[in-house]
Amino acid sequence: MSNGFHDDLPDVRLSSAQAVRLVAGREINTRLRSKSYQIITAALMLMVLVFSVVMQMVTSGDDVQKVGFTAASAPLAQRLETLADVAGVEVDTVSVDGEQAGRDQVADGSLDALLLQRQGTQVPVVVEEELDETLQASITQAAGQVTLDQEITRLGGDPSVVARQVAETSVQVDAIDPPQDFDPQRLAVGSIAGILIYLALIATGASVAQGVVEEKSSRVVELLLATVHPWQLMAGKVVGIGVVGLLQVVLVGATGVLAGQLTGALSLSWATTIGSAVWLVVWFVLGFTLYSLVFAGLGALVSRQEDVGGVTTPATMLLVVGYVVGISVLPNSPDNTVVGIMSLLPVFSPTLMPMRLAMGAVPLWQTVTALALAVAAVPLLVALTGRIYRNGVVRTGARVRLRDALR
Amino acid sequence: MHASTSTRPHTDPPDARTGSTGGSAPRLEFDAITKRYAAQGGSGTVTALDGMSFHIDPGELFGFVDSNGAGKTTTMRIALGVLAADSGEVRWGGAPITFETRRRIGYMPEERGLYPRMKVGEQLVYLARLHGLSRPLAQERTRAWTERLGVAERLEDEVQKLSLGNQQRVQLASALVHDPEVLILDEPFSGLDPVAVEVMSEVLRERSGAGVPVLFSSHQLELVERICDRVGIVRAGRMVACGTVDDLRGTGPEQVVVDVPGAGAEWAAAVPGVRTLDVTGSRLLLELPEGTDDQQVLQAALAAGPVREFARRRPPLTELFRHVVTEEAGA
Repeated sequence: MSNGFHDDLPDVRLSSAQAVRLVAGREINTRLRSKSYQIITAALMLMVLVFSVVMQMVTSGDDVQKVGFTAASAPLAQRLETLADVAGVEVDTVSVDGEQAGRDQVADGSLDALLLQRQGTQVPVVVEEELDETLQASITQAAGQVTLDQEITRLGGDPSVVARQVAETSVQVDAIDPPQDFDPQRLAVGSIAGILIYLALIATGASVAQGVVEEKSSRVVELLLATVHPWQLMAGKVVGIGVVGLLQVVLVGATGVLAGQLTGALSLSWATTIGSAVWLVVWFVLGFTLYSLVFAGLGALVSRQEDVGGVTTPATMLLVVGYVVGISVLPNSPDNTVVGIMSLLPVFSPTLMPMRLAMGAVPLWQTVTALALAVAAVPLLVALTGRIYRNGVVRTGARVRLRDALR
Repeated sequence: MHASTSTRPHTDPPDARTGSTGGSAPRLEFDAITKRYAAQGGSGTVTALDGMSFHIDPGELFGFVDSNGAGKTTTMRIALGVLAADSGEVRWGGAPITFETRRRIGYMPEERGLYPRMKVGEQLVYLARLHGLSRPLAQERTRAWTERLGVAERLEDEVQKLSLGNQQRVQLASALVHDPEVLILDEPFSGLDPVAVEVMSEVLRERSGAGVPVLFSSHQLELVERICDRVGIVRAGRMVACGTVDDLRGTGPEQVVVDVPGAGAEWAAAVPGVRTLDVTGSRLLLELPEGTDDQQVLQAALAAGPVREFARRRPPLTELFRHVVTEEAGA
């Protein structure tokens, strides 16, 4: 044991990097082992997985209409197959051996509809319960075409020539300000990216504020500040929680990319999907850095866990506003000008930019501007929130006024 | 055992003492510390410390006594750098305490503080490492101190699962785990069960015996009186009395307790200069003026009847404390 004198003072120097690493290490250790973190991460991964599977089922679901025809209704069936394809209904025509056989197949469900011989202007269709609306429209159109063909033939024309000419006739649009063409799948990916980054920023921000208050309310901060500087404690906490949050975002993002691609839910290229995930991670890192500093500073103003929600409301609201604006406007109007401007500001860019980038067609200058502004905001926030934290963290008891903490 | 040459008043020159190993052992000095706070809810300031000065020699157990809010906690927090003084200086071995030397202090804040959901062992290792110890050494010291304090079997438990008494032991372990060369403990005895009080006093004596200056505060004056080498009494941010308990006693007139069954109280009045302070049955508490021979009082008592009890009364610290504090308040 030490005999207690200066001459043999042991080397107890702790560099700033060591101090920050120690504090961050404790955060990472305790948080990775916490049940709630493990459960939330697993739940989010499951969520994107389930979403991919559901999407896959919806887009390529079993909606092929099986339509039976008899020898008498064969020309109609042939027309129907090509027309329905244009209308977006997939039709599989099946030849049946007489009307009764066809009726039996409709009854046992192996056919969705049975076309019978036309009687005057009426086309009888046998179904079990009801006829699919789109299919009905296609059948009507097909019946009309068949009539037209017959008339053209009767007048001495060639129905196939007329049909080709009709098919080749199209409108040529000359738009003065053509809208961006957005892939609905990318819009969906963008919305998911928005939800994920919003959840991640809200959760990690709250963790930072609660962590700061935990140290204040348990008074352990007094022991800690006798050994490390306030900024080292704050930096260690932010870095530690950031690493843990980043791991979560990477795991969930990677699950989303793999699930989307491997289940076939996404017909996007790997490059596009991975690109969206990478932007998600980049903006999480930036957004977390910006917001966690604010959450840490605000947390240092109060001493009880039940006051954390109240004191961090302004920061939470900014996240909510960015998210709500993004998720309600962007999927319908991805190139909305107001949202575009908002997405450049460091306050909203962490929630809006990953959504826009995943949806595509963000001009390069906007990407660069948003990144540059966010990066530039970091040192300013470090100075400001560091001061608030340093002044607030040792004042236990009543809530510290922001004005006092800024002195 | 702990040093016994600490009867000098606190105004001695700083180099007057030689440590047991020879040479200049580091003394902990508080030099004219002043601290003002902004008054709550209004303008103006409240003076928490007003030129607080005292020192603690190596190997000395120094008891810090005050009425609530007189400034002991502020003094300790300034020594630990948790608060900054407006003026004045805390020195260790003649040099101002720096951020680095502060890691050699063991601290127990008045408001106990540990992570409630962290395991005892991990918590102590973490705190030891923040004090600059390597991981293996931190683990070794954690084992040693938890065994010494009787909480070794709780290393894997979360702090919040421990009884209050055991939490206090872990708190003490957190102040000792880095083998500090100065100990500053705010109310270390509060909330302890009698067994833990014994363990705590033993550890404090042992540490001071190893040459560590130990500063602790307590409201349990009997305890302070029993284990401290020197006592400092604080009032309104100033040190108003400082010295050994005997030094402090030396300031008042001598008192004796005499029991002469069946003799009443009149005999004492006959002895010139003696004042009767208190009568409990036949038991009298007498105050002897300066220069009065107590044997003369004994003879007077024997003349009045058979003497069952005759003893010098040593006024307890409680009384001295009350005396010093009210005297100052009146001045």
